[in-house]
Amino acid sequence: MELRTVFVAAAACLIVLTLGYLYRLVTGPTIFDRILGLSGFGTSTTIILTLMGCAYGRLDMFVDIALGYALLNFVGVLAAARYFERARG
Amino acid sequence: MTAAILALLAAGLFFAAVASLGVLRLPDFYARLHAVGKAETLGVLLVLAGVALWQGPTLTSVKVLFVALFFFLTNPTATHAIARAALRIGVRPLAADAERRP
Repeated sequence: MELRTVFVAAAACLIVLTLGYLYRLVTGPTIFDRILGLSGFGTSTTIILTLMGCAYGRLDMFVDIALGYALLNFVGVLAAARYFERARG
Repeated sequence: MTAAILALLAAGLFFAAVASLGVLRLPDFYARLHAVGKAETLGVLLVLAGVALWQGPTLTSVKVLFVALFFFLTNPTATHAIARAALRIGVRPLAADAERRP
C-alpha cells in the first residue's frame, strides 16, 4: 500500500522540523527556552513514533510506546518547570 | 478516504512547520510559548486524526484518538506551567520593556 510511503515521508518532514526545537534546546537564551524546546521535541517524537508504527504496520504496538513517551514528557516538563520556579535563577 | 487522510496529514504537517518556525524565529520567549501551545497542538491533533482514519474503527484507532486527547489537554498545560515559572522568576516580556521606554 503506497500510503505507507506517505507516512514515511511525513515522518521525515517531522524529523526535519524537529531541528527547530533542537536549536532552541541547545541555544536557548533562558533555561525556560530550553524546557520549551524539550517539550516540543518530545511532542514531535511522539508523532514520529506513531507515523513509523503506521509505516511498519505495527501501530498497535507503537501507539503504546507513543502514549508512554507522551506521559513521561509531560511529567518531565512539569517537574522541570516546578523545579526552576523554586530555584530563583 | 485516501484524499481525506492525505489532507489531514498535510494540514497537520503545515501547522507543525508553523510551530517549528515560530519556535525558531519569534523574538520573545513568551511568543515562542504561543507557537508551541497552539500551533503544535493543532498539528498533532490533525496528524493523529489522519492516522486514526487510516487505521479504521479498531481499538488501536481509539488509542490513537486517546493520545490526541492527551495532547489536547497536556500541551497547553505544560506551556502554561513554563510561562508561570518564567513569570515568577522574572523573565521580562519584550512588550513590557517597549512600554516603559517612552
